[in-house]
Amino acid sequence: MVAVPRVAAYAQPMSDDFDPKTFLTRAPESHHSTRLGIGYRAHGRDWCELSLPYDPDLAADAESGVLSSGPIISLMDMAAGCAVFIRSGPKKPHATLDLRVDYLRPSKIGQEVIGRAECYRVTRRIAFVRGTAHDGDPDDPVAHIAGTFMYTDVD
Amino acid sequence: MAELPPYAKLLGVRLDHEHGQPLLVLPHASHLIGRPGFMHGGAIAGLLELAGFAAIRHALGGSDGPRIKPINVTVDYMRGGRLIETRAAARVTRLGRRVANVEAEAWQEDRGKLIATAKLNLMLDRG
Repeated sequence: MVAVPRVAAYAQPMSDDFDPKTFLTRAPESHHSTRLGIGYRAHGRDWCELSLPYDPDLAADAESGVLSSGPIISLMDMAAGCAVFIRSGPKKPHATLDLRVDYLRPSKIGQEVIGRAECYRVTRRIAFVRGTAHDGDPDDPVAHIAGTFMYTDVD
Repeated sequence: MAELPPYAKLLGVRLDHEHGQPLLVLPHASHLIGRPGFMHGGAIAGLLELAGFAAIRHALGGSDGPRIKPINVTVDYMRGGRLIETRAAARVTRLGRRVANVEAEAWQEDRGKLIATAKLNLMLDRG
């Protein structure tokens, strides 16, 4: 349902600030993002940038080696979830409500994909996110996303 | 029916059939976990997409048809995915010459309680 845990043991219970770098680095082996190799790159007040290294095991077909769309959704869901945590704090648990991905073009074979998502608006119950993914040139994106997350601790 | 792609193997997806239609089965595995106690939304989305691709390939009569490229996908999450087997199937709502519209559903123990759905618009590259 959601890319990122609630206030998990490996989040930062001591602080009101959410640190995506610590969050990603301390994610357990079992976390889906660890299996995909998703890593931290950068973040700001309402955005987070993560990376997905190229892996032939993530291909949509073995012959071409072109990356499947599924791992790109996982990357963007994860980046967007982190952006929501950064904006709202680690104590506000949330779940993905919906996520739309437009695939502008296939990513280049062998290239790492970088996903950046921003949480541009929050209401009492809902956080709105948008973002892009690229494979080297941010001006030539491979995907655009838009989605919403629901806070799960609000009646 | 074409073989499943490497990404499906990484997830652990198995291709089955029900009433002659493709049915994807994803047994629980520890690498599918997102927040503690629940499946990762990205893995669920990946499964839905694979179900969509399997349905369109089936509708086109196998692996020798046109190349299928995703244009976009919209995933709606209804329930947290528990750490048990997940199933997914899809329906081709329209099969055009250039574009196909597909709707995919994922559920766990109870087919009546969907955990997520996806709407996929796919481009058919007939060369």
